Amino acid sequence: METVSQSIQGIPLNHYILLSAIIFTIGVIGVLIRRNAIIIFMSVELMLNAVNLLLTAFSVYWGDASGQVFVFFIMALAAAEVAIGLAILTMIYRNTNSTDINILNRLKW
Amino acid sequence: MSALITITILALLLLYLGLFKAKKALLPVALIGLMVALVLSLMEWDSNAAPIFSNMMLYDRFAVAFSGITIFLTILIIALSKDYFERISSNVAEYYALILFSLAGIILMVSYHNLSMLFIGIEIMSVSLYILAGIKKRDFASNEAALKYFLMGAFSTGILLFGVTLIYGASGSFDLEGIKQYILKDPTAVSPLLYTGITLLIVGLSFKVGAAPFHFWVPDVYEGSPSLISAYMSTVVKVAGFAAFLRLIMFSFAPLQDFWIPMIIGMSVLSLLIGNVTAVYQQHFKRMLAYSSISHVGYMLFAIIALNGSSDNAVFVYAAAYSVATIIAFGVLILLQGQVGNDSFDSFNGLARKNPFLALTLTIAMLSLAGIPLTAGFIGKFMMFSKALSSYHIFLVVFAALNAMIGIFYYFKVIVAMYFKEEDRKELIVPVYFKLVLGFSALVTIALGVYPDFIASLI
Repeated sequence: METVSQSIQGIPLNHYILLSAIIFTIGVIGVLIRRNAIIIFMSVELMLNAVNLLLTAFSVYWGDASGQVFVFFIMALAAAEVAIGLAILTMIYRNTNSTDINILNRLKW
Repeated sequence: MSALITITILALLLLYLGLFKAKKALLPVALIGLMVALVLSLMEWDSNAAPIFSNMMLYDRFAVAFSGITIFLTILIIALSKDYFERISSNVAEYYALILFSLAGIILMVSYHNLSMLFIGIEIMSVSLYILAGIKKRDFASNEAALKYFLMGAFSTGILLFGVTLIYGASGSFDLEGIKQYILKDPTAVSPLLYTGITLLIVGLSFKVGAAPFHFWVPDVYEGSPSLISAYMSTVVKVAGFAAFLRLIMFSFAPLQDFWIPMIIGMSVLSLLIGNVTAVYQQHFKRMLAYSSISHVGYMLFAIIALNGSSDNAVFVYAAAYSVATIIAFGVLILLQGQVGNDSFDSFNGLARKNPFLALTLTIAMLSLAGIPLTAGFIGKFMMFSKALSSYHIFLVVFAALNAMIGIFYYFKVIVAMYFKEEDRKELIVPVYFKLVLGFSALVTIALGVYPDFIASLI
């Protein structure tokens, strides 16, 4: 365990922050520009994983385990959200035969 | 704390009742269980509460007051659900259980003392609500509402979590007290990560409460969801989201006021403007209520802008007044949709002649939402405006007063339709449960408006 922490600490913290920020931004852009509900869903997972990475890095740098425990909470939540999200997508696919979010525009103004 | 345990066990009990086909027992058991939870939570009223469960939660007066009001509102909404879910599907026990699970998440949200509990509370609440928004499986609008709510909810959770992570990175703690100590140590030299973290956290939470410019999902989701669930989302969930927001800022971020106050002022002004102006152009009652809920978030943000020891009280009064009036409006809406099949303003024509009781309660609700004196809504607005004035935000108050006048215009559209437009219509049948809830809520609205003292300095 000691060696893992040491090797994580071998890289400056700023690199982790930058990497996570880039992955997170890719996720945000994916949510905003993609039109397929499943891809949007994957982009959200990307955002959550960027958060997980950053939490682990901070946790090692602070020498505090609570950050890593938080990662487990996020993973559990991501699994629950996948279950709900895919169920909702299946329900919509049965009614419309499509997962494109552009047909979901009947509610407006 | 025992309220949280009671609600969770109650939800499991209801699932078992559904399993053993005891459908008649569902509603009474849910109502009695929630009343027990309400009493249990009020019994924990303690001004010297200490954090429990290794500093995870703090059941102080703020938490007791807000869990009390959310449980109370849930009782009113569940009482309206008589025969409502049966029309949608034959498996009704799950719906009650899901509402109660989301209420359990809400109790966590108003009593957290650690950011991980905030996150878990929000997620327990949201995941149940994603399902509830889509329970009309064949209805296209309900499908769309569920998907939009789900995608927006998951997206905002990601943003919120990134904010939490950055705050952890700066301060080394998820604990509200720890973060506060870190900021107080040297407020001028906090890490830039913390500022980014606060911004992202505020953005994530404003998605959840539906404050402009992060409001665009609100009208679609409220309109598409089944009306009873919309009532739940626009009252209980909104109050809880706001309580969580306020608790975070009051506990931890108060020393950094200069940084976040401009953001909140911008959000408040935008919410007022977008909510009120767009509501004027609505033709349908339900969508009008959705926009009006955005504008009420704008008023409630005043308490955060003028943050001091009594902000929690002002939010509490405003939230209670707004929620009770909104429940009346949704109660009438459910009856109207069920029996007329339409919720445009024209379908209210001549309601006062056939259903004087419904028209009277709805009028009281609309007056309260518009903030006319002698109703609870006036007291709420009065407290908010006086708070903002006490911190010299004069232009903000003038702007809000102008918006309140626009509000009167669209709320009175309903009253005018009910009383002054004649139309031949059939009398709506009002079940006993509806009569009780509507009458009681109207009484509460008037009582708070005439005699506000007994809740105005509660917390």
